[in-house]
Parts: sequence; C-alpha cells; structure tokens
Amino acid sequence: MAKGIKDKVAILGMGCSKFGERWDAGAEELMVEAFKECVADAGIDMKQLQAAWFSTAIDEVHVGKSGVPLSVTLRLPNIPVTHVENFCASGTEAFRGACYAVASGAADFALALGVEKLKDTGYGGLPGGRGGPLQALWNANGTAPGNFAQLASAYMAAHNVQYDDLKRAIGHVSWKSHQNGAKNTKAHLQKAVDMDTILNAPMIAAPLGLFDCCGVSDGAAAAIVTTPEIAKSLGKHDVISVKALQLAVSNGSESGHNSWDGSYLHTTRIASKRAYEEAGIKNPRDEVSMFEVHDCFSVTELVTMEDLHISETGKGWKDVLDGFYDADGKIPCQIDGGLKCFGHPIGASGLRMLYEMYLQLQGKAGPRQLKDPRIGMTHNLGGLPRENVSSVSIIGRLDA
Amino acid sequence: MVGITAFGAYVPRLRLNRQAVYEANKWFAPGLRGQSKGERSMANWDEDSITMAVEAARDCLNGTDPKTLKNLYFASTTHPFKDRQNAGVIGTALTVEQGLMAADIGGSQKAGTSALIAGLNAAGSGAPTLITAADKRLARVASAGELQYGDGAAALMLGTDKVIAKLLGTRSVSMDFVDHFRGDESDFDYGWEERWIRDEGYVKIVPPAIKEALQAFGLKGADITHFVMPSLMGAVPKQMAKMAGIAETAVRDLLSAQLGDTGSAHALVMLVDALENAKPGDKILVVGFGQGVDIIALEVTAEIGKLGKRLGLSGWLARRKEEKNYMKFLAFNEMLPLEKGMRAEFDKKTALSVLWRKRDMIYGLVGGKCRVCGTIQFPRAQICVNPNCHAMDSQDDYPMAGLEASIMSFTADALTYSPDPPAYYGMVTFPEGGRFTADFTDCDKEQVKVGTKMRMTFRIRDNDTMRGGFKRYFWKAAPV
Repeated sequence: MAKGIKDKVAILGMGCSKFGERWDAGAEELMVEAFKECVADAGIDMKQLQAAWFSTAIDEVHVGKSGVPLSVTLRLPNIPVTHVENFCASGTEAFRGACYAVASGAADFALALGVEKLKDTGYGGLPGGRGGPLQALWNANGTAPGNFAQLASAYMAAHNVQYDDLKRAIGHVSWKSHQNGAKNTKAHLQKAVDMDTILNAPMIAAPLGLFDCCGVSDGAAAAIVTTPEIAKSLGKHDVISVKALQLAVSNGSESGHNSWDGSYLHTTRIASKRAYEEAGIKNPRDEVSMFEVHDCFSVTELVTMEDLHISETGKGWKDVLDGFYDADGKIPCQIDGGLKCFGHPIGASGLRMLYEMYLQLQGKAGPRQLKDPRIGMTHNLGGLPRENVSSVSIIGRLDA
Repeated sequence: MVGITAFGAYVPRLRLNRQAVYEANKWFAPGLRGQSKGERSMANWDEDSITMAVEAARDCLNGTDPKTLKNLYFASTTHPFKDRQNAGVIGTALTVEQGLMAADIGGSQKAGTSALIAGLNAAGSGAPTLITAADKRLARVASAGELQYGDGAAALMLGTDKVIAKLLGTRSVSMDFVDHFRGDESDFDYGWEERWIRDEGYVKIVPPAIKEALQAFGLKGADITHFVMPSLMGAVPKQMAKMAGIAETAVRDLLSAQLGDTGSAHALVMLVDALENAKPGDKILVVGFGQGVDIIALEVTAEIGKLGKRLGLSGWLARRKEEKNYMKFLAFNEMLPLEKGMRAEFDKKTALSVLWRKRDMIYGLVGGKCRVCGTIQFPRAQICVNPNCHAMDSQDDYPMAGLEASIMSFTADALTYSPDPPAYYGMVTFPEGGRFTADFTDCDKEQVKVGTKMRMTFRIRDNDTMRGGFKRYFWKAAPV
C-alpha cells in the first residue's frame, strides 16, 4: 500500500493575478503577475527552481502548446518544464506534478503555474468547436452550461426535488459566492447580488440562468513547493503542507452504462474518498475547515457537496438553503468567491483555489479571513458530468 | 407475380400555414390569395431529401431485415449531393451495403414513377428492391410554388413474395416537353404559362398514353378504382381521367390541403395514400408526368390485409405541428441571412477517413453487445463498458436505430448556436442497455422531461458550407 503524499511537501510560496476580463494583459503578462508574487512570497531566487509544471486548458486561443511559453516568459534557467492539460483540473495537475517532483526527491524547489487567457475570442462563454474528428460526428451540439444543466434535471428526478426548491437552492449557491466575492479585490466579480436578480436572470441553459454560471475570466496562479524541512530551514514558521492529492477519471461507465442516473458526479465520490484516506480524515464534515469546490455552475457545487460526502445524498439542497456553506456557516465554501466570482481562467483555477486555502491557513485572507482554519480542501471537475476528471486536494497546517 | 410488398411514407412534423405566408407577401403578390388556404408540410432545418427518404424507408421496412435488400433506388430532384451517391447514404443508414445495387434517379418530376418502374423490373427477377422518393424543393419568396410545394417522402418494397399490389403493366413515353426547369445555376424552378402546359402538354401527351396502356394491359378505363396522378393544376387529373374514360370518383385527392405537392415523390406519396385506403381487387393506375409520362397499373391483393401496422402517410400526417412563422420557414431554407453569431462560425470540416471507419456507428447507429456479460452499449468499443466486465474484443454489432429510448437528463441550451434555438439535448437511455447524449429534434418544451419516450431519427447535424455543403448526418432523438 502506497503511503501517499501527506506532509511530504510544503507550499513555500504562492501568487495569483487579478482575475477578470483583462483586456490589458495577455497570457504572458498574467503569468509574470502571478509569478512575481509567488517567488517573492517563497523568498528564493528564481535560479533555484529545478523543475516546473505549466497548465493551460484551451491553449489554442492563447499561448499554444508545450512548456516553452512558460520557460520563455519567465526566462527560466533551462529547467524541465512540463505542459499539462486535464480540462478544468489542469491547474491542480500542475500542482500535483510539482509536488510529486519534490516528494520523490527529484527537485528541492518546483514551480506550478497555470494560466488562461480566454477573452481574446470575440464572444462570450468558453471557446467552442474543439474535440477530435470523431466527436465532431456524433457529440450533441452542447455547451458547458447545457451539459451541467442536465445534472439539475437528473438530480430533481432522482430525489424528487421540486423545480422551485432547486432554483432557490442553486440561486443561494450563487448568492453566497457573490457575497464572498464582494470582499475579494482580486475577484472578477466583486458585487453582491440579491436573490430576485439571480432568480429572474435570463436563461442560459435551462434551468441554469445567467447567475448560475461562473465567469469566463483571464488569470494566472502559481505555487512553489519544497519539503517541510527546507521550508523550515528557510525560516517559514506556519508551514502549510500537502495532505492529499487525488484524481479520479471517468472510464466511460457514466456515459455508456446504464448504472449511472445522471444525478451525481461519480468520479468526485471516488477521488474524495481516496483523499480523505490519504489525509487520514475520518469525518470530513467535522474535520475540514473550508472548501473551494468546482462551482463552474451553481448546480455543480450543490451536487459536489454531496459527492464530497459532506451533505447527505439528495439533501445537499437543504444544507445550502440552511446556510451551512455560507461564510458564517458550519463549513464555508467558496470564501474567495469561487469560480462564480473570483473567475474561472481554466488552467489557473485549481491553483487559485489552493491560493485561497494557503492564505486562509496562514491568517492572511484579510476581510474574508475565517477563524482558525486548519484543513482546507479543493476540488476541480474537468469535463462534463458524464465524462470527467475530478481532482481533490487537501492542504493544511503542518501540525494539523 | 411481381408487385409491391410493403409501403411507407414520411411527412415532416411542421405544417406551414399558407395564410401566414400570404399575409407576409400579399403587399407584393396579392394574386396568391386564391392559394392561401390550408397548409403545406415544411421540413425541419435538419431534414433534407435523404433524411426524409430514410424515414420513409424505415416506415416501409417496419422490421423487415434490410440485409435482404438487393436493389435500392432513390428518386429526387433535390438530392443533397451531385456527386456522391445519395442512395448509398440511405443504404448505410439502413445498415445494408453488401450485395446491394444502389442508384439515384432524378432529373424530372416523374423520377418517382421511373424509380418504381425500374424497381419493378429489377424485382421481377426475384431480387427484393426498395425504392424511395423524396423532395424538398425551394421556391422563390412570394411565388406560387412556395405555397404549392410540400416536403415529404415515400418508400415501396417491391418483390415477388407476399405481394400486396401486383403489377399489371407499365408504359412510358419520353419526350422533351419543358413545362418548367431548374438549371444548374439556380435553386429555383422556372416555368412556362399554365394554359400552354395544360393544352399542349397534359392534354396531348397523357390521355393517349393512358388509353394505349390500358389496352395493352387488357383493361378498360372503368376498371380503374384509384387514379393516382399528381399535378400542380388541381383540375388536370380529373380532366385526364375523363378523357381516358376513368370515373371521376376514382381520381385520388392531391393532398394539397394538408401536405402540398412533394415533387418527384408525390406520385408515390399518393400511391401510398391509395394503398392505405384500398381493398383487394382494387385496380390502381399511377401516372407520373414530366418530360413524358410513366404509367403503372397495379391490382391490390388479399395480402394487403396481412401487412404489418405502420405509420404510413396517414400516421405521419397526423403527427403534426402548425407553423405560422413564415420567417422561420425562410430561415430553415437558408433564404434569410440571419445574424447567427460567432458560435455559428466553428469549422464543420468532416474527416472523411473517420466517417468511413465509423460509418456503421454514425450512419447506422450500430452499437455493440458484449458476448461475455450481455451489455448493450453505444458506441461499440474494444473493451466492454460494463464496470463489472471490461471484457476485450467481446462485442457483436447491435443496431439501435429501431429501439425506443427515454430521456435521462436534458436541457434547453440558449448559448450554443442552433438554427432553431434553444437547442434541446440530453442523455437518452435504451432500456435494453446503452445510452448516449443526443440532440433532440421535433420537440416542444413541454415534451422534454425526464422519462419521455424517444425514437431515433436520422437527421442533418451540420452543414459544412465552407466546402460546398457537405451535410453531416447522425441520429437524433424525437418524442415518440
């Protein structure tokens, strides 16, 4: 039995650009913005980096392929740079690569940097028209909101949830994230929105309205990782360590076998169980201090909180309406505004979630600081409910 | 004995209200008022003559193994491809390739009857033959054709076993009488004066040909119980019948009030209508006019009572949704330059090599059935999808186009580009096993729910206009 990654890797520094419609910046400027903060926070010289992982998801519309764009932009010292892509889990994949490099002893200092520049396409929403030549012949004419909207239809059917109850619950998910995002100066959307506005917004893909969909944003985020011993030797006191890194990928059973009813995220259930085991967490509802989950759409967050084994299956909508995940609730979720308001530059998102956990765990989250958090959990869902990549990361104080 | 062994038809669900067309155009063409009653069938944006012919063929086959087919003829004047066999697409959609002689027949309004004669000749030697005919003609805005035409298809199975209407004889005359034409450089018909067409064309060509045919078949005009003859001029068939000594009561309705004239398919569409209302012993005379005339005489047999149930023309006509939005009709026919947005710009290039490798999956909706665990799945894959099996190289072909499915999840997507927004789609599951995320078509908001029963229908999914109009076909789900 593999021992896992728990406490073998520490986060030495992190950085995150301002997210949003960054008409002023290309991918290169966003990378530098995140990296400057990250390397300063780490307190090392860039020449000390020994390996880097670089994540983007839709590089066709900005930097292009390979590790070269990162290496050239940062003038890295000819170290190995690996370009990773795993849909919306790409940022976490870069982090995983860097952590494994440190845990294996291959590198003392490794960089993970994710970036996405989406707002050079000329239209709203994510760029479309991708996929291979076979997919183009039979995949339904869908968009991301349309595919996640189906989760809502199947969830209502599976648990006999009335349409109005679901609309209010997913509306509350977004309302809460807007409340949180309003306190985050790096967030794409920094405005609180009332429930009426949310519920009466134009439909994008029924039942998801405008406010049920996250922002399409530009941004970058980065982390430098090392071992806890090196971190301490460099004078870091509140060392933040990695407790678990798990990834579960669909193998076609949801999309092709009638055992899945469409109402939940099969891979998230698997990845989170593995992560709790790796981190030694027995009762996550009591032990996890805060979440940053993949709220690409409000209904995704709702269902995710069940699939992370926090809310009971079919009852998550009640926890949401009870305020369980609000900033002042039992376990705050999306305290930085989430994908909904912080924004969703795909290749950067996983690292941005870790950035918030990292700030919170060190007590550096400013006006949105939670009281004494010890364990933070992040979750990405890349792809579609029927075929996806689900990543779960748990970080915490080294002494937690 | 050779003859018809089964029939099928197809009519698109949408019916364009002619009054709505007239109201939009009367400022320009007030003379159309006389033709503003009733409705005409209107293909959905994802239908063309191939997709309609596939539906008619499925209605006709109705459970018959398509692999028994030896000949397949497809008549149309609106074949989607000039060079690429259109009948071959239909054959692949029906999952029949080996041993099949497929051919397109076109070029005239009598293409449908010519296909029938060619098919009967081929079937006479004992080879089961399917003929299909479909047309989706365009007409200029504010033209009479816009009101007169309809979109639709018919299919007939021809053979020597269990004949429901036996052949009594055929006769053809071929002459280059140009009542109208559609040149290579136009999408639209150009026609000559109706009075000339009637007096110099119909009157001088058709009655003598019918008389000669009847004499050759040993029949008299009074023997004919169903006179099937399409014409855009409503009074002409009656006039032809009278001149040939056929009773006016035998003249079949032109179906103009509820369907419109389906072009080269219309003689066969009307023949299907006649067969649905015929009894053993009835004699049917089919006349196709266009650069000459085709005449086919048939006698209905007692086998007609044993033919399996099918939707047929009456069933498809009853599956109807009125459309009063003339703008939508123009847009669906690409006659209105709508602002489609950037999402309509994505390249629709088809990798022909991929299409060839996967043609049974894409055109035939053929999935797989695992020999180890019995799981039915789509698409067929080398490794079984059942999480408790995962057997390798264990699957046999499993055609799924004829299976009923139900909606598991769905949405109405207003973001994606669709010619008919919002785009309805979702995952459909087959109770036998298998599922996929399908585009929905021919559906209304209130029909799309978890659990709604859906049937598979062969449709256009994309049109690659950057490369001259390569239509991508695949299967969609429509409410049963």
